[in-house]
Amino acid sequence: MLTYLLSILVIMGIYMLLALALDLQYGFTGLINFGLAGFFGVGAYASALLTLKAGWTPLLSFPAAMLAAALLAWPLGRVALRLRDDYLAIVTLGFSEIVRLVLVQEQWLTNGVQGIPGVPRLGAGWGNARFSDMLLLVLLALSIAVAVAVLRRVTHSPYGRTIQAVRDDETAVYVLGKEPARFKTQVLMLGAALSGLAGAYFAHYMTYIVPDQFVPLITFYVWMAIIMGGVARLSGSVAGAVLLVLFLEGVRFTRGIIPGVSDADMGSVQLGVVGLVLILFMRWRPQGLFGGRGAR
Amino acid sequence: MTSLATTGISLSYGDFQVLDGVTLSMSLDGLHGMIGPNGAGKSTFFAVLSGFLQPSAGQVTFDGQVLRGARPAARASMGLGRTFQIPREFAHLTVRQNLMVGPRDQPGESLLPLFFAPGRVRRAEAEIADRAQHLLDFLKLNAVADKPAGGLSGGQKKLLELGRALMSDPSFILLDEPYAGVNPVLIEEISQRIREINAERGIGFLIIEHNLMALNRLVGDLYVLDGGRLLAHGEPDQVLADPRVREAYMGAPAPSGAEAT
Repeated sequence: MLTYLLSILVIMGIYMLLALALDLQYGFTGLINFGLAGFFGVGAYASALLTLKAGWTPLLSFPAAMLAAALLAWPLGRVALRLRDDYLAIVTLGFSEIVRLVLVQEQWLTNGVQGIPGVPRLGAGWGNARFSDMLLLVLLALSIAVAVAVLRRVTHSPYGRTIQAVRDDETAVYVLGKEPARFKTQVLMLGAALSGLAGAYFAHYMTYIVPDQFVPLITFYVWMAIIMGGVARLSGSVAGAVLLVLFLEGVRFTRGIIPGVSDADMGSVQLGVVGLVLILFMRWRPQGLFGGRGAR
Repeated sequence: MTSLATTGISLSYGDFQVLDGVTLSMSLDGLHGMIGPNGAGKSTFFAVLSGFLQPSAGQVTFDGQVLRGARPAARASMGLGRTFQIPREFAHLTVRQNLMVGPRDQPGESLLPLFFAPGRVRRAEAEIADRAQHLLDFLKLNAVADKPAGGLSGGQKKLLELGRALMSDPSFILLDEPYAGVNPVLIEEISQRIREINAERGIGFLIIEHNLMALNRLVGDLYVLDGGRLLAHGEPDQVLADPRVREAYMGAPAPSGAEAT
């Protein structure tokens, strides 16, 4: 039971980091990023490969995972930020699928669809698996606290004011002598770094990663989290991630209660419930739980 | 040479010639008006001046410098501000925050100073807040200062846009229909504010407007665009009495004496 509880908390934490990243990008800056899973995957593979194949310590591979994801966001930003919002959505979705296909195809590096087993646990050698999981949870919680503090500073500042201005009306930002592209590129990279960090935690927690863990569905789960929590509110991202995982996991306990549903069908029931929750939110509380001034 | 000048500005959308060799020159400290029927090319001319559109021929000179390329942020950085025909307020920010976005090169707009030079950010921010408060008083927007700008009336949005442009320290401002959708009392208010800004801070204006009466009382000279060409230029009364202008603008020559409004 403790193991199960631990796993739920870790998954919640990982979704919190992803939701914070997306909220910075979409909630505050208006960037429609449908490629979150791509940055998440890059972070996971970067840290897994660096520790496993290059023998790096996680102390270095985690920052490297953040850097790798952020650097990938840079060219994407340069190309895509000339496009209108809806095109950015398509480009980022395409990007995340390209990442996944590269992970599948470049077998010499990623072992293809078989994935990478044996990613080292954090603090392995100091204790058993339970100890590693606890250590990871503590570090994850610390990372979330730091991320919230940093994002709070960024969003409650002249910088935060200007990115929200970019979100509300880009053209009006130009005539004040500011380049929206500069802010959008930085925000895309900052969010990618956070997603990469989430990926690194994921890899070292699961200890076994395959390309199929980084499908667009993950991106849309994160979108659900920030929609339920309320956009442009950091507390909303955190609460949204908690709600999301509670709904995803809660469905497990309906096994045997819903008649005529086999274990194999449970995945579909899970999706159905999540979709239903989203519809109910849109109908009764479109601004989300913590719907703030940026709600739209 | 402190002037805003264009030579032979032309621009077409496909076969449709929107601007056709517009050449003019105006002082940077004056109040200038621009009129013309709908579709005359006025807003397109503004878009060329402010760098949103690249003309197919001709060039723009601002304060002695030739402006090249379509880079609106760079033009604004040189001190050429503008507003829009349809207000572009930052709807989810408060009126005060809208104004505070205005100043250029704020230290707090870069990520590193936020974390490593917080004192500098705080001082700059305090100064910007002061300036915003002055403008809120000046533009009489105090009552709505901390409300989201999206909820303002049309006239208040026009005032807010003017204020936001002023916050970015321009030397010249292009105003696109500042009186559109504004009630008569507020129109006089806006005109008065523009006169004061011009007199006290030496900031010049080029104003597109269909309200000829209000414009006539405000500006020192008037440019008339028609079919993408500069039809006339001169003192307002003189220009409005010009039969060619009457015909272009009102479709028919007016009875004599009607311009004395």
